[in-house]
Amino acid sequence: MAAIEVKDLTKKFGAFTAVDQISFDVKEGQIFGFLGANGAGKSTTIRMLSGLLAPSSGDAKVAGFDIATQTEQVKRNIGYMSQKFSLYNDLTVEENLNFFGGVYGLTNEKLKKRKQYALEMSHLTEESKRLTGTLSAGFKQRLALGCSIIHEPKVIFLDEPTGGVDPVMRKGFWELINILSDGGTTILVTTHYLDEAEFCNEIILIDAGKLIARGAPSELKAEYIKSPILEVECSDVNTAMSLLSQQNWVREISLFGTTLHIQVQDENAGRQELQKLFDANRITLTRIDRIAPSLEDVFIHLVEKRELKPE
Amino acid sequence: MNFFNNIYPIMWKEFLQIRRDPRTLAVLFLVPTLLMLFVGFAVNFDVTHIKLAVLDDDQTEQSRELISSFTNSDYFDYSYSVHNQQEIDNLLDDGKVAAAVIIPRKFSDHIVKGDASTVQVIVDGSNSSTASSVVGYTTGAITSFSANLRTEALQRVNKTLNIPIDFRPRVWYNPDLSTIKFQIPGLIGYMLILTCVVSTTMSIVREKERGTMEQLVVSQVTPFELISGKLLPYLIISLLLTVILLSISFFVFGVAIKGSFIYLISTILLYLVCALSLGLWVSTISNSQQVAFQIATLVSTLPSNILSGFIFPIRSMPIPVQIATNFTPAKFFIHAIRAIMLKGVGIQSFWDDWLAMIIFASAMIFISVRRLKKQKL
Repeated sequence: MAAIEVKDLTKKFGAFTAVDQISFDVKEGQIFGFLGANGAGKSTTIRMLSGLLAPSSGDAKVAGFDIATQTEQVKRNIGYMSQKFSLYNDLTVEENLNFFGGVYGLTNEKLKKRKQYALEMSHLTEESKRLTGTLSAGFKQRLALGCSIIHEPKVIFLDEPTGGVDPVMRKGFWELINILSDGGTTILVTTHYLDEAEFCNEIILIDAGKLIARGAPSELKAEYIKSPILEVECSDVNTAMSLLSQQNWVREISLFGTTLHIQVQDENAGRQELQKLFDANRITLTRIDRIAPSLEDVFIHLVEKRELKPE
Repeated sequence: MNFFNNIYPIMWKEFLQIRRDPRTLAVLFLVPTLLMLFVGFAVNFDVTHIKLAVLDDDQTEQSRELISSFTNSDYFDYSYSVHNQQEIDNLLDDGKVAAAVIIPRKFSDHIVKGDASTVQVIVDGSNSSTASSVVGYTTGAITSFSANLRTEALQRVNKTLNIPIDFRPRVWYNPDLSTIKFQIPGLIGYMLILTCVVSTTMSIVREKERGTMEQLVVSQVTPFELISGKLLPYLIISLLLTVILLSISFFVFGVAIKGSFIYLISTILLYLVCALSLGLWVSTISNSQQVAFQIATLVSTLPSNILSGFIFPIRSMPIPVQIATNFTPAKFFIHAIRAIMLKGVGIQSFWDDWLAMIIFASAMIFISVRRLKKQKL
């Protein structure tokens, strides 16, 4: 059974279409990634699925309940965590858990048990008496997750859950998500960190409100990046970039910080051509490596293709 | 019971937060208490102890009698005895006296002869409300003095004077016309609406700002339960504050409650619901605590001070302003509470105030809920 079924979901704000006829479904227990640039429509979709926004058109079912007509049941079965880590800073860790548990109708033994679980899962047992406002961003993030799962929801929506948190904490957070997924919870997570998307069972990419690709990370890479990618470090990256983009043996080129990712037809021929070009223009090549394509390459490939193609 | 189970965690959390923030709690209680004491002791519209300068050019028994008719009351203090017009000018210019009485030479001669005599009174008109009271008092003092003279003159020729109208005013409900008795209901109304609107608005907008409101909206709690759970603690706090304010007015200022306690409590509860619903509305139109605070103080302070009849009598306002006064619940509260506290009358005198407050609260809740629903869509 699909935990989330979305069909032609659309949201318009006046003349602006934030989400444009998106359809997808998520299997139970999956970690489902929702990728896209800021403003692509990720949060709007999550907000519709969790009942914060009414869709303009289209249908969706969450945990088997219709989001338009069975709001009450949907709300009982979902957990929601936003990028703001919405917690009460003037309450202690334990009081926050008590509160959110109470809001979901947990009492006595049940509340105690779930609180225990949430504290242990998020490694916050020792911090339970601390005021939430004094916790670091990483702790707050784990507490926010703990609060959103206190009522054992079948589906959890995580909206940019790793924003503003350092890489080590981010990694720990994904471990928590894996634990929840192993326990059978379905997780829909939005992120614009493409490296995080590698942890997902399946991802969809959306751009300007439209779904542009879906599949497992490995499938997406195999499907869209068929030619080898060379990662190049050199002096004068900008000149190199403008020169390379004029070469017919270069299929695609993009700038990743100070390195260039170049898609070539053939690896060895590409290496030789590049050396020749750099020598002729007095550019020093510091490093050249064949790399496995990342989701970032896929994403840039897809978004650039859309931008080149006028609608 | 389900309703209570659902709102209990919200109320409990709200109390916890209030307790964590003793400074706000102190402000909530201390400011109204202090304000009431200050206003009660300092603001007094009764004009007494007016400083008086007297220029007595006559220096006779009659002139001294006239002077004592001024100084026998609390209204005037005989501050300066002067000898020429110039001194009076200086005293008035320096603000050392508020009024001066000039009794001309031959004042008593004219009286004894039965001729008309004149007395000049000069009043400092720079404070118009004080000046009009002073004019009233001096007119009264001189009129009664000359009436006495006439009676005495007639008695000397063995005739009695029939005064056509024997004017004996009686002031009801507040016989000594003290300002504080009249002001206490207005003060309570003003301070309750201020604390109520500001505290509820801030508590809701803070959650909007922090994003916790969103977290609650995705939960199974209904908007009605959410709002009730958030407003009830402030209702309880406001009731406590009311008890404090009423105790001060009773123990410190001696304002007893003449009417029924049931009416009093019902009126206060109705008014608090009005204030809470106003706070709810303000919170739906503001997105940051800063904006919320400004709007909340504006909509609660201004109308309840100026339009409610607390300070300025509504009957003397221009018609459009009189119509505008109907949009502040403080007007109806003050009217009803004055009727209950000072007059001790029954519901027939203030049922329309209750009705007006019920209409106000219902309208506010209706508009707010509509706005809340719209924001969600």
